[in-house]
Amino acid sequence: MNAATTPPAPARASDRDPGRDPDRAGPLTGTGTLLRFALRRDRVRLPVWIVALVLGTSTTAGSFPDLYATAEARQSARQANSSPAALAMSGPEHFLSDYTYGAMLAHQMLGFTGVLVALFSILTVTRHTRAEEETGRAELVRSAVVGRYAPLAAALSTAVLANVVLALGLAVALGGAGIPDIGWGGSLLYGSAHAAVGLVFAAVAAVTAQITPHARGASGMAFAVLGLAYILRAAGDVGTDALSWLSPIGWAQRTYVYVDDRWWPLLLCLAAAVAATVLAVRLAARRDLGAGLRPARGGPARAGGALTHPVGFAWRLHRGLLFGFAVALFVLGVAYGSVLGDAEEMVGDVAALEDALAALGGASVAESFAAMVMIVLAVVAAVYAVLAAARPRAEETGRRAEPLLATALSRRRWMGSHLAVALLGSTAVMALSGLGFGALGAATTGDAALVPELTAAALAYAPALWVTVGVAAVLYGWLPRATALAWALPLGAFVVDYLGPILRLPEWTTRLSPFGHVPRLPAESVAWTPLLVLTLVAAALLAVGLAGFRRRDLEMT
Amino acid sequence: MTNAISVSGLVKSFGRTRALDGLDLTVADGEVHGFLGPNGAGKSTTLRVLLGLLRADSGTARLLGRDPWRDAVALHRRLAYVPGDVELWPNLTGGEAVDLLARLRGGLDRRRRDALIERFDLDPTKKGRSYSKGNRQKVAIVAALASDAELLLLDEPTAGLDPLMEVVFQDVIGEAKAAGRTVLLSSHILAQVEKLCDRVSIVRLGRVVQSGSLTELRHLTRTTVEAETERPVAGLDALDGVHDLRTENGRVHCAVDGARLDDVVRLLAGAGVRSLVSHPPTLEELMLRHYGDATGGPDAPDATGRTDGGDGGDGAAEAAR
Repeated sequence: MNAATTPPAPARASDRDPGRDPDRAGPLTGTGTLLRFALRRDRVRLPVWIVALVLGTSTTAGSFPDLYATAEARQSARQANSSPAALAMSGPEHFLSDYTYGAMLAHQMLGFTGVLVALFSILTVTRHTRAEEETGRAELVRSAVVGRYAPLAAALSTAVLANVVLALGLAVALGGAGIPDIGWGGSLLYGSAHAAVGLVFAAVAAVTAQITPHARGASGMAFAVLGLAYILRAAGDVGTDALSWLSPIGWAQRTYVYVDDRWWPLLLCLAAAVAATVLAVRLAARRDLGAGLRPARGGPARAGGALTHPVGFAWRLHRGLLFGFAVALFVLGVAYGSVLGDAEEMVGDVAALEDALAALGGASVAESFAAMVMIVLAVVAAVYAVLAAARPRAEETGRRAEPLLATALSRRRWMGSHLAVALLGSTAVMALSGLGFGALGAATTGDAALVPELTAAALAYAPALWVTVGVAAVLYGWLPRATALAWALPLGAFVVDYLGPILRLPEWTTRLSPFGHVPRLPAESVAWTPLLVLTLVAAALLAVGLAGFRRRDLEMT
Repeated sequence: MTNAISVSGLVKSFGRTRALDGLDLTVADGEVHGFLGPNGAGKSTTLRVLLGLLRADSGTARLLGRDPWRDAVALHRRLAYVPGDVELWPNLTGGEAVDLLARLRGGLDRRRRDALIERFDLDPTKKGRSYSKGNRQKVAIVAALASDAELLLLDEPTAGLDPLMEVVFQDVIGEAKAAGRTVLLSSHILAQVEKLCDRVSIVRLGRVVQSGSLTELRHLTRTTVEAETERPVAGLDALDGVHDLRTENGRVHCAVDGARLDDVVRLLAGAGVRSLVSHPPTLEELMLRHYGDATGGPDAPDATGRTDGGDGGDGAAEAAR
């Protein structure tokens, strides 16, 4: 009572302190504090990303002198990477003009690691902007002496800092490694090219975070832009060069780092990042805290019959993610399918490839390319499988499982319905990608049989995807806090099954991954035994996971 | 009379934290039972064990005659639960969430659902993310009461509701009681418990420290007596069970153990009573007796100071109301 009626005279006095004058507080007040806070929250996450990217890159670069010791070996690597199919996977042909270790690294890695940098930049920005608003924490922060744009500025600064550290890390790790043709100047450009891509997508995420009220939606929209950028550069690197010039990843690759060492394409990245940031600020000025650009609409006052069935309900929660991946994988399949015809034409042109084909047991170039594409598609489908199978964890810790499991819905049916969507969904997105691949492949090669053939080849990965869901289920059922370890499967499949041949990993390593046991259709013939074994393993894992969840406490913190 | 809930010696630890430490609780069929205690006393943990969401380390729990862990699903058809912290699905409307929860429980009385939505003034077309805490709470309350559950487990159900809605909630629980349903109401709003509950259990540090009807509980503690007498009251200070005795300008002020009230009144009458004010311990005072002792034990002899601390107690009561 007394406190409320006391005139706030002392407060006024301190307000006149010039450094704390509220009249001089602008829309960016508090950015510094929020930046330190964001760095504190990300003190593990960001270093792990950065160290992993730097170590992965420097290990790959360091392996080249052993792998390609002779000029002959480099020449055969150059030829293996010169097919349009390989160009679509990696980067523009100009890198091949002088295939030194540096050119190899930039050609084969920059496209992929650039995507990873974009991913972590997007996630960093949405985590510190829209996710904070969605949970309501931003309200608390903004009620303090914090300017309107301070959270956005702090999130972007966090991403900028992380990208600069990454650029320096890459420059030092590569420049200091003493690998022939990988010098300091080129390495600094190599690191900066990554940071430039990261900045563009951080700014893109800053825009998408203004549009939708959901962090998930904001990340998803930014991922879609990233996917488009990747496909544009793939299409441009194979065909019309102009398309690559529409993609930030294309810009980074057109520095021709370690070949020409051009800095100016990075200015395009910088300009795009600035433009997107300006757009984000403009959009932020037009909306309320917590709201999207459009006012929230109402919905049905009653639930339809399907929604109140456990599977129907799980479907409702999963369908946005599933649609996103279905579209992304279909488009990815279509993109690879469109270069399948070119792959076929290469057979006559490159004599060295015929030797490589002999090693594959008589498969055609198109078939072995298709088999390689399948691994990439399966890795993306496995990412979906993990996200979908980990959904119960998010529901449980978000306290939304508690009221449901206090009804007559059993734990087995609740978790089972989520797993059912994950199993069927991952199968469907994989089949769709094979269908898109086959349809465009058939169009470019004129071989209609490719449609069923490649769809079937994609479906051969279904049992491996089910094992992925099963591993996530076991972790969730028995060690819920370790559910994220299921990410080891898509990551491992990518490293061992896709990069393995490039890094010349020993053959046995592919046996560690369920994806390594899948017959390489259409380059190999169908082998039913491993598919059957994988299916049985998946079934066992799912049963064990469900049993574990029935035995443990619900976690509500 | 059979017991809807009977719990004995329940122990539950989370890592090194012992959330429940030998908790005993009995709730008879058809009664509204108040479950009182501060944050972190173990109220929510107890309810979650009763729901089979958590598994007790030791002790026994019976709910409607069955095992809450083993028969969770069968039991859930017969009970309804309102969590203390309701989180909704951001892309589902409140109406959809009500229907989902009620139908998964095994049935929905549409008329009752619509009537409850009307009474609680809930807009069922809004999406989960746009509801305030109070409105999310209403969704869970409507979903719980729209079904024909025999047993209602309510974990601080009215946190976030405004006073008008609090009144509606009390009416609705009154109706549930009249319909013969059993209610376990965890709360720290004492006015609510005093108004609604037949019996009360006070939980502290994972144990029930006191259980009984409000009358019984009051009997266990001290009644405050203030009297103005014609002559000084002799012998009052010599009586057992009289605490905090003060005499100013012919006015006597003391706190009396329930069992000694009769003796005190006789002595006062002998001195010629001019005016007499006596009031039973409020629930606040009961609570303070168990919680207001951060330094001493619950039964420390100087507990009177707190029992008598009318100012603090009344202040808390005002705040609660």
